[in-house]
Amino acid sequence: MIQIRIHGRGGQGVVTAAELLALAAFRDGKEAQAFPSFGSERTGAPVTAFCRIDSQPIRSREPVYHPDVLLIQDSTLLHQVDVFAGLAQSALVLINSTRHVDALHLTDFVTQHPGVQMYSFPASDLAMKHLGRPFANIGMVAGYAVLTGEVSKASVNQAITEKFPGKIGELNVTVAAEVYDYVAANLAKV
Amino acid sequence: MKQHIEGSQAVAHAVALCRPEVMACYPISPQTHIVETLSRKVKAGEVGNCQFLNVESEFGALSVLIGASAMGARTYTATTSQGLLFMAEAVYNAAGLGLPIVMTIANRAVGAPINIWNDHSDSMSMRDAGWLQLFAEDNQEAVDLHIQAFRLAEELSCPVMVCMDGYILTHAYEVVDLPTQEQVDAYLPVFEPVQVLDPQDPVSIGAMVGPEAFAEVRYLAHNKHLRALEEIPRLSQAFQDIFQRSSGGLLKTYHTDEAETILLALGSVNGTIKDAVDDLREEGWPVGSIALRAYRPFPSHALRHVVKGAKRIIVIEKDLAVGKGGIVSSDVKMALQGVPIIVDTVIAGLGGRSIPKASVIDTVKQACLEGLEEPHFLDLNWDAINRELTRQQAQRRSGPTPENILREIGAPGASPI
Amino acid sequence: MSYQRVKFYQTGTFTVGNRLLDESNRTVQAGMDRTNSLNSGHRACQGCGEALGARYALDAVMRATHQQMVAVNATGCLEVFSSPYPESAWQIPWMHSLFGNAPAVASGVAAALRAKGKTDIRVIAQGGDGATVDIGFGCLSGMFERNDDVLYVCYDNEAYMNTGVQRSGSTPPRAWTNTTQAVGKDPGNPMGIGKNLPRIAMAHGIPYVATASVADLHDLEAKVTKAMSIRGARYIHIHVPCPLGWKSDPAHTIKVARLAVESGLFPLFEAEGGEVTDRTPIRKKVLVEQYLELQGRFKHLLHPRDEGALEAIQAMADANIHRYQLLPLKA
Repeated sequence: MIQIRIHGRGGQGVVTAAELLALAAFRDGKEAQAFPSFGSERTGAPVTAFCRIDSQPIRSREPVYHPDVLLIQDSTLLHQVDVFAGLAQSALVLINSTRHVDALHLTDFVTQHPGVQMYSFPASDLAMKHLGRPFANIGMVAGYAVLTGEVSKASVNQAITEKFPGKIGELNVTVAAEVYDYVAANLAKV
Repeated sequence: MKQHIEGSQAVAHAVALCRPEVMACYPISPQTHIVETLSRKVKAGEVGNCQFLNVESEFGALSVLIGASAMGARTYTATTSQGLLFMAEAVYNAAGLGLPIVMTIANRAVGAPINIWNDHSDSMSMRDAGWLQLFAEDNQEAVDLHIQAFRLAEELSCPVMVCMDGYILTHAYEVVDLPTQEQVDAYLPVFEPVQVLDPQDPVSIGAMVGPEAFAEVRYLAHNKHLRALEEIPRLSQAFQDIFQRSSGGLLKTYHTDEAETILLALGSVNGTIKDAVDDLREEGWPVGSIALRAYRPFPSHALRHVVKGAKRIIVIEKDLAVGKGGIVSSDVKMALQGVPIIVDTVIAGLGGRSIPKASVIDTVKQACLEGLEEPHFLDLNWDAINRELTRQQAQRRSGPTPENILREIGAPGASPI
Repeated sequence: MSYQRVKFYQTGTFTVGNRLLDESNRTVQAGMDRTNSLNSGHRACQGCGEALGARYALDAVMRATHQQMVAVNATGCLEVFSSPYPESAWQIPWMHSLFGNAPAVASGVAAALRAKGKTDIRVIAQGGDGATVDIGFGCLSGMFERNDDVLYVCYDNEAYMNTGVQRSGSTPPRAWTNTTQAVGKDPGNPMGIGKNLPRIAMAHGIPYVATASVADLHDLEAKVTKAMSIRGARYIHIHVPCPLGWKSDPAHTIKVARLAVESGLFPLFEAEGGEVTDRTPIRKKVLVEQYLELQGRFKHLLHPRDEGALEAIQAMADANIHRYQLLPLKA
């Protein structure tokens, strides 16, 4: 089972990212589950969403305490919330930021967790280019897909168009396509 | 057709296929996604001539359904927590009048302190109101139980609550096999009421009943629940015949044969419990679990049958009878009267506190090795409690307890989960 | 208005014999085809204004709907005296659910009828003043604002009579009840509180609001009949004396009701879409004292005389007369 935890802020489409990942995995023929860290958070408050992907039916409903994958949609959370809590030793961390990982003041964490692979890329900027709005969620999902191959690009695209029918969906697929290329070109394959 | 869908939307889909005629709804989290979806379906003309009323309160919502049901309409609403308590008087009334209303409870804690997260305090507060109470373990079952609930309600002329864990199920996206209209129509006949307001055949409904007859009327309500103990398995089987999957019934067992310790719970936590059972069995612990599907009527006989031979039952319940302890465990103890078996109460998951598999496993081991205090509170922060108790003893005006505890525990949001 | 106002009066009274009227103008109750919706044999007290009002109102609905009606009843005297199990005085499909939910239950009945396409069957809901202005007010307001096709009839006897005469939001100023006792300073119900539900109903902008009184049963029937010619939420507020709670002579029920109207304390009017469209002028104005003195609940205002209270109550009546133009303007 792959357990994914997504951090962001209310209004950034964090829950949608989890849904898209689960839906894409389902389209790939896997079992998948997505749910938010339920709360009464308003726009801007830190929020968390979870996704589990497995070849077996998923019965657990506890929050993801020990993520294999951490998607951080808002890098301002890095030093506000303990986003790394319970991280698996060989976890993948993907951060939405225009800065390189080395410039995110995470040296201590990186040194202490040599097995963790951490990447950053400007998902908001890429979304801004096509959508005119800095939604990083599509970028995080697409980036995860292309880095790990755990969900197929085709299924991610299909999930996007199912979730967002019409023009918005098309634009978001364009964002995803750009992210696939960007990540493939700029980040090392896991 | 299998779909990856939010629990609330799946339930709304199922309810719409049941061809309800009147729905009256009032918003309260976490039930809102269900009624929002239904309101859209009705407005879009996907639910026949169904009337969707936006009403002024939960009390109004159920009252509207009382009138509509007495007029012979198939009726539905959803609520939770404070909303269920606000409609309490009508909850008893609907059952007393024998009106086959179906209501989803998106289970949530009851305040104060105000808390929007999941536990079972709300439906437990209405457990003796005369409604049947069915608990879903996952969203597939939530869908299936709603379809069964309409048939059950109408066959018995008795209202049914379908309880599904708020947020944990209502807001979870997972794979659900959505039924088709043809399947639902094959399973659920047209509603034929046993009593109806009809100008051609006028009757009085809701007359006053004095001491000379009240007990008999109440017994007949009880008798409906006794019949439900037979109807629930029968209708579950009938469901399986059409939908080709097992859903509902009085209870579901998991590795209970030859289990020495059996965990018992209601609702979605049974998923985590099954994972815990698997892990424990791998380590050689002879454990199993029971998921109660029907809480009202309480399946005492079925329970006695499946726990035969076990030494211990650990009831994990998301509620608290303040001043006493367990609610479900009391029912279990009563059902097992005379059976030589230890019944432990574990109060867990209150107000949305997650019930981690690791904690379940630890508790089972602790129970088997050392025994548990009665009741046992899972993962309680004793430090915070003891500090607050000390404070309260030290000063008369110690202030509001919830705020004090929050201060003890630290700012919300600082923790990632 | 669809009916012709009564013009013939017997000398010295304000009542009229049906014999003097054309058959089409007679009361529903005078007809051989009256339905006895609320049959005799029920257990109301002597002189019960509510039983009288309900009988007239419901038979008028039955005639107007050609017997195609369903009634929903709030908990209260009317419900209790009419339906002690296993007897029922109701000759109509009738349902009682709770004290505070009759308007919502009626909304549900109306919704079911819409769903089933049976729009020829009409719905009325009824309750006392406690059920209407107090405990059921939220549901009533909801029914109004949704403009559900329900006629709600309030039988206002100005206190919780079923439970033994306690104050409601409709209890008049300075009246004795068991929870506004005639002791201490300013005995009885305080001045300046309580609600005027017909005006609140009007504020919802519903199609039809009317007040009526058992003092003018022909007018009551006409208003019910008119209400049933309209679709949507309608409200009729009927003043019904309660000899027990008002400490009045059961034989004086009609007289007391008439004095409430003739003093201006209970104005009779109709409103459509929130605007007053008609009122019943006062024929022979009386002072409020004449109304109060027949009722033991106001005894403490007259023995000894409480001039301040009497003036204040008279001022209320005069304000009604002015507001609803109940007296012809003096030349």
